[in-house]
Parts: sequence; C-alpha cells; structure tokens
Amino acid sequence: MAKRIDVSGLTAYYGSHKAIEDISMTVEPRSVTAFIGPSGCGKSTFLRTLNRMHEVTTGGRVEGKVMLDDENLYASGVDPVSVRRTVGMVFQRPNPFPTMSIFENVAAGLKLNGSYRKSELRDVVEKSLKGANLWNEVKDRLNKPGAGLSGGQQQRLCIARAIAVEPDVLLMDEPCSALDPISTLAIEDLIGELKERFTIVIVTHNMQQAARVSDRTAFFNLAGVGQPGKLIEIDETERIFSNPSVQATEDYISGRFG
Amino acid sequence: MSDTTTDTTTPRASALQQARLPRWAPLGLAAVAIAAGVGIGAGAGLGNTTQWGLIAALLFVVLSYGVTAAVEGGRQARNQLATVLVWLCFLIAIVPLASLLWETINRGKTVLDVYFLSHSMDGVQTILPGGGAYHAILGTLEQVGIATLIAAPIGLLTAVYLVEYGRGRLAKAVTFFVDVMTGIPSIVAGLFILSFWIIILGFDYSGFAGAMALAILMMPVVVRSTEEMLKLVPDELREASLALGVPKWRTILKVVLPTSIGGITTGVMLAVARIAGESAPIVLLVFGSQAINPNPFEGAQSSLPYYIYEQWQLGNEASFNRAWAAALVLIAFVMILNLVARGIARWKAPKSGR
Repeated sequence: MAKRIDVSGLTAYYGSHKAIEDISMTVEPRSVTAFIGPSGCGKSTFLRTLNRMHEVTTGGRVEGKVMLDDENLYASGVDPVSVRRTVGMVFQRPNPFPTMSIFENVAAGLKLNGSYRKSELRDVVEKSLKGANLWNEVKDRLNKPGAGLSGGQQQRLCIARAIAVEPDVLLMDEPCSALDPISTLAIEDLIGELKERFTIVIVTHNMQQAARVSDRTAFFNLAGVGQPGKLIEIDETERIFSNPSVQATEDYISGRFG
Repeated sequence: MSDTTTDTTTPRASALQQARLPRWAPLGLAAVAIAAGVGIGAGAGLGNTTQWGLIAALLFVVLSYGVTAAVEGGRQARNQLATVLVWLCFLIAIVPLASLLWETINRGKTVLDVYFLSHSMDGVQTILPGGGAYHAILGTLEQVGIATLIAAPIGLLTAVYLVEYGRGRLAKAVTFFVDVMTGIPSIVAGLFILSFWIIILGFDYSGFAGAMALAILMMPVVVRSTEEMLKLVPDELREASLALGVPKWRTILKVVLPTSIGGITTGVMLAVARIAGESAPIVLLVFGSQAINPNPFEGAQSSLPYYIYEQWQLGNEASFNRAWAAALVLIAFVMILNLVARGIARWKAPKSGR
C-alpha cells in the first residue's frame, strides 16, 4: 500500500517567518529517502508538512502542494486527521503513552480511532511488534507499562505503534539520535525491512546513517541566518556521497561546514 | 578534639583538620539556655511562660553562635546559626498546629462517640448534655457533594479549554476572571447567592443554596490546579497521538487527561477540603436546623461549620463540648480527604515498573 509522494512549490511559515521555500521533489514508493543538512535548515519542518503536523504548531502555515499518489493533501476540504492516518510519524525521542501497557500502546492507533474489533487487536499487535522486531522481547509482558522499556525498545515500540495503523508512508524524524549505537543499528536494520512495505522518509544528522540506510538522499541548506531553507540537491545516495552536482553538497558531506 | 599526637612532620594534615564540638553540644546548650531563660524570666517577674520560652530561644541562638565560633571557627559558626534559625522557624510554625490539634482532640473527645455521630439535636434541651451532630454531618456531606458535582466538571472543562484550545482574547479574559474569583471572600459569595437565589428568585433557604456558594468558591481552585496538571503533560505525548491520526478532542480525552488524572484528582480533593470548612456563606444560606433534613433542595439544613458556630453561641458548657466534638469531626474529615487525595495520586501516577 506504499504510495508515492510528489511535492511541488512547498513553502512553510511560522507566523510571518518563512522557514522553507519552494521545495519540489519526488519520493518513490517502497524506498527510503534521507534528508540531510545543517541544523536549522528546515528538514524537520519539511518533514512535518508531509503529514500536516506543521499546522499543529502555533502559527504554522503551508503553501504549495503535496500529492500522495494522486491526492493533494493540502486541497481544501481535506481533513488533516485522515491525512495523519495515512502518513505516520516516529519522533526523535521515544514517546510511548505512559498510562498504557505495551499492548495498549501498539493498539492505540486503532483503539483511539474507535474502529476495531477486539479479536483483531491481538493479531494486529502481534504483527506490528514482529514487524518492529520487538515481539520476542516483550511477548511475555504485554501488560507491563510501555514506559518500563529501555530507550531502544521504546523507540521500536513507537515504530510498532506507527505501523499498526498500516500507513502508506512512514516519516521518521531523527529516530536514532537519542539512542546508543547498538539500538541504532537495530533500528537501521528494521528500516531496511520496513521499506518492503512502506515508503520511508528519514531526517538524520548522521551522514553515515544516511549513506547506510537510504536509496535516495536530499540535501537542504540555508542561504544565511534567518533565510528560508531550500532543497539544494536530491539524487541517488551513492551519487550524492561520491559525486554530487552542487558544490555546497560536496562541502557539507566532506565536513567543510555543518 | 584536636590531634595531639604529633610532631612537626605532618603540618599539611592539620591545615585540613579542625576542632569540632562534641555531638551532644546543641542539646547541652539548649538545656543551659532553657535554664537561663526560666531563671531570668522568673527572676524578672515575667509571668508568661511564652516570654520565658522566647528568652530561652534567644539565648540559645546567641550561645550556639558564640560557642561554635570559639571552638570551630567563623564559617562553622555562621553555618550553625543558619541551622538553628531554620529549626527555630520550623518549630514556631509547628507549635500552633500541634497545639490546635491537641486542644481539639482533648476537648472534642469528651462528647465524641457513636451516639454523637448518629443523632441530631432535635428535641434536645441545649443546656443539657446529649444530642449529636448527625444532621450537621449529613448537611456538610450533601452540600459539599453537590458543590463538587457542580464545580468540578465546570472547572475541569474550563482548564481544558484554557490549556488546549484558548489562544486569543477569550482565553485571556477567562484567565483574568478566574484569577479574580480566586480572591472572592467567602461571605461575598454567600451574599451573591443570597441576593440572587433567595431574594430575587424567591427560593427558600436550603442546603442547595449553600452548595452553590461553595461551588463558586471551589471553581477557581479547581481550574488553577487542573491547569497546572495539564501543562505538565509533555507536548510530545499530544504530538504522538495526533500523528497517529487521532482527533484533538480524543487526544485530550484518552491521552492527556488519563496522564494527569492523579494530579487533577488531588487538586479537586484539596479544593473540597478547603470548602468543607467555609462557614460564612453557609450561615447566610442554609438557615440552620435542629432536625435531620436529608433533602438539600427543600427546607433549612445544618452543616458542621454552622453547628459549631451555633453551639458556641449558646454559651453553656454542654454546648461548648458539642462544638469541640463537631470541630474534631470536621478536622478529621478534612484530614481523611487529604490522605485519600495523596493515595489516589500515588495509585494513578504513570508507572515505570518493569
């Protein structure tokens, strides 16, 4: 069910401040695309426009089009809530719901939306936890609180929660920055498996991670402090990291700035 | 005290070591100060033991500073002074509370028994011992219960609006008025209900009228404490829920509120404990009664604060005893509410067990 994303002319504001300007790109279904760039260049802002979370922030406003297969997410009359059910998100810091058990956390997307049958829930939870490589570690303690797991396990729990609702696209905003190297590796392996089923977009500060995990990479940059972020280059990951077309990209990946 | 075993080969060690007072020094100084205080007070003909105590306290502060300075040095002396002052302030704060509890328990227990708790004053001659406070207890429970039923939902929803939705001028106006309401004197709340409900609308004195005044007093407290609890829920949780495609109202209902329910319940119970003892609006509105009136909507009722006031006004020993017993019941009621509030907060706190 993975879908293709087509962005054209996307500009996002915080109030009157323009954060990103005129971004256009395509993300193929069942692939992993990485967004890299220096701090503050708008990668996370752009990511959040893809599932209409940008407007949740006070003053957040978007112009432009985001096409999911052939539907414009920003067409008038489109309900942001239903957009977010098809485009899921995993955040930088693991955020399992503290009052719910592991089982309830994974099932939260279905339970809180009301449309489920109890018999289905068990199967969905098992399938999602297996999909997130967490099943074997928690299958005996599904009723324990979600907050009692380690950092890496919590993040995998959040991934299981996100994929339980079977989204078409999975957005990941620096999912490994708060984790240790072993957990990071586990999640990178997981991303490799998940891309068979979902379109994945991942924002990362870690260039080696982008090189390991993604099929295509997009480099964002700012013209200067206070200027809006722009998409500088997007290409096959191998080409970006070995022979980029734009000098700024070359400078960034060789560490001349960042 | 100081090390006397040496010779000049370890001068560096003694720069770090210091003389120290023995551990019984504070108690010894306290004993000296108390003895001196009593002596000076009695000698100067001051009759009030409180004054003797104050002299003793002052002497203790001066003595402990002086002795510590002489033996241990200036920095230790200042440290000791600060410690002593903090402890003294603590004791000064505790003494009235302890004395209040002691008095109430002492005097209340003479008449407090199961009979007192289960009978009213109907038909009892007030000069004689006998009778009880059941009608007052029932009145308090009903009035406080109705006030909670009115104020808690309104306060909770107002706080949800202020934290989750309010952005513009309406939210600012609401916050302002809630702040003003926190400061309303209880008698003014009582007067408002008196003029509006009883005089203008023509209803009778009743427990319900008292409950409405109590609700007015309770509402801003619930709004404030619920607001604080809701603000403590991290935004990440709301975002996680929104990103799953859960609509905002459901996010609030199923994620934000359950996470903060422990704190909210505590806040509500503390607000209840606060209004349970408000006597001014009750005196104006429930009219008082000697008999049991289980219907809060019709006819006069009594309540514990009213009963205490009424018995005190009667001026005889039997009534005073009853007043003390009722005061003890009221304090116990408030204490139980506090303990229950703490229990609920602990039980409902987000768990991190493994």
